[in-house]
Amino acid sequence: MTSRFLERCDPLKGEMVQILDPQGVCDEAARPGLSDEELRKLYRQMVLSRLIDRKGFSLQRQGRIGTYAQFEGQEAAQIGSAYALRKDDWMVPSYRDGAAMLVHGYPLAKFFMYLMGNEEGNRMPDDVRCLPFAIVVGSQPMHAVGLAWAAKMRRESSVAITYFGDGATSQGDVHEAMNFASVFQVPCVFICENNQFAISMPRCRQSATRTLAQRAIGYGMPGVVVDGNDLLAVYAVTREAAERARAGGGPAMIEAVTYRLGAHTTSDDPTRYREDAEVAEWRKKDPIERFRRFLEARGLWTREWEEALRQEGSAQVEAALEAAEKLPPAEPDEIFRYTFQEPTPQLRAQSQTLREALRSERGK
Amino acid sequence: MEKRNIVAALNHALFLEMARDERVVVLGEDVGRDGGVFRVTDGLQQKFGPERVIDTPLAESGIIGTAFGLAVAGLRPVVEIQFSGFLPPAFDELISHVGRIRWRSRGRFTCPVVIRMPSGGGIRAPEHHSESPEALLAHIPGIKVVMPSTPYDAKGLLLSAIRDPDPVVMLEPTRCYRAIVEEVPDDDYTEPIGKARVFRQGEQVTIISWGAMVHEALSAAEQLKTEGVSAEVIDLRSFVPFDRETVLESVEKTGRAVIVHEAVRTGGFGAEVSAQINEHALTALEAPVMRVTGFDTVMPLFRSEHFYLPNASRIRNAVQEVLRS
Repeated sequence: MTSRFLERCDPLKGEMVQILDPQGVCDEAARPGLSDEELRKLYRQMVLSRLIDRKGFSLQRQGRIGTYAQFEGQEAAQIGSAYALRKDDWMVPSYRDGAAMLVHGYPLAKFFMYLMGNEEGNRMPDDVRCLPFAIVVGSQPMHAVGLAWAAKMRRESSVAITYFGDGATSQGDVHEAMNFASVFQVPCVFICENNQFAISMPRCRQSATRTLAQRAIGYGMPGVVVDGNDLLAVYAVTREAAERARAGGGPAMIEAVTYRLGAHTTSDDPTRYREDAEVAEWRKKDPIERFRRFLEARGLWTREWEEALRQEGSAQVEAALEAAEKLPPAEPDEIFRYTFQEPTPQLRAQSQTLREALRSERGK
Repeated sequence: MEKRNIVAALNHALFLEMARDERVVVLGEDVGRDGGVFRVTDGLQQKFGPERVIDTPLAESGIIGTAFGLAVAGLRPVVEIQFSGFLPPAFDELISHVGRIRWRSRGRFTCPVVIRMPSGGGIRAPEHHSESPEALLAHIPGIKVVMPSTPYDAKGLLLSAIRDPDPVVMLEPTRCYRAIVEEVPDDDYTEPIGKARVFRQGEQVTIISWGAMVHEALSAAEQLKTEGVSAEVIDLRSFVPFDRETVLESVEKTGRAVIVHEAVRTGGFGAEVSAQINEHALTALEAPVMRVTGFDTVMPLFRSEHFYLPNASRIRNAVQEVLRS
């Protein structure tokens, strides 16, 4: 397979793959072969994700869910990359990757369950190869390397993709993951969503390198910077990296340059550490608007369709929310059920202790 | 004297000590410009500058490993780990280096670092934001481990910790950060590391606890009083060193003990307290020592958090059980 992007776009020079410019004008020579139907499907997915994300924020404000980490602004980076995968590929996400996970088959109702503090939300359906959200920053890329390694050992053709942020690149675990991946030439794609902030710390305080993708060179794998707000570019580059890995070409790192338009989480106040003007600049590069312009220019977008999408999306969100909210309250036994396959005698006794305590609390 | 919550008391202690001792530097994730996610370090960078109040890259092992070097070089680093659930990546540094350098170098090098972090649950936090690692930490030789439960003690213990010649980990009860408010003197004072506090005098049973659970124990003691039971409540405040004398003195008086902690039961610090009582005050005991604890499970998400966390009702039941013996 001839390389179109990997090893052609030099991360040391700060070169960046872009197919759609911020006005939505397409570089036709580089455009990936997606049908009109697929392009519209991808747009629908971005619109739906934005609705979900905004809903998450308002649900937290209403006290209906716990802390929420918005991904607004990162829809193209997540959806474009996730769409490049096969169903049997593994996805290993961080806590801000809901939009990618939904593309890979994570049910929306489960997402809401998790946000409601229900562990069932972390229980993937049997046919979805996706690990639960990694909360501990940078801990998850190694897991993707192990999953990819297993596929290689078993001569399977699946690959693993892992998502992590610019902050995570400071963690030693991420270094170890990339090194293992390269030493053992496993089919793993590292997607660094560089959203410019790790809570309050700007990207420049995580690494003194010009780009994050240039680190790949030190591990002996290709690294490429892609415009993370350009869905077509993210898709094309991820697709190339995944297929290269699938064909035995080894791992690659993709730095998707994007921006966290929201706060770190609903507990965070970004006005303490960044200027509104900066946010406004990135708002102009909104990945959804960019893709919309592209579709409109191709005659694939109308105002009526947009309206229909939003209505359909809102209905989907409400249905999933209702499914998650109507679940009965937690049962006390649930907290003991998954510590081991067979509970230890201590856990059995503790479960009994809890039941008695609750009986006593109710009795009062 | 100003009324302060724990966050404000810790913040005040850091202001005082950074002004008093120029060797003190504060480092961690989001501690500078943002003032810390709980605002414990708020305003410090504006006052003391970015060279002394340092926003680090996101790397717990890196923070504690480099703080080790700063401390060996003679500085007094005060490290913030954002949540105790993020401490595990730094365990190698704690176990292999921070706790050992005095011993390994035969006293030539020392590591007077302070490592602060929120601890415990009950705040509807996400996964990995509610852990209670005191027993894990107390099991590392060479590291002192303390946990205040009030603003007064938070300030006094933090000042002691910074001035201590050895590494001190300070666990801060997240649930109490803003919930407990009391008068905290403006002046410089310290509370001794390794000394428990008898929080409430009583005659019939001793409840020993720490962190947020102290307040559950006090609430249980208040309920028990209406039932005619006089309970003494001890806030252990320090795991290493462990104040055996205060605990034994109380148990010898009451003859009964209930230990309360929200950490995992098996191998929890309650087991150590119980062992110490049994080794040194067995003949004074009128009943077996009881523990009210979290369970041997992962800390559940907030929907089930109330199942996991000990509360006043469970403590009261345990007290009534030891009184029946």
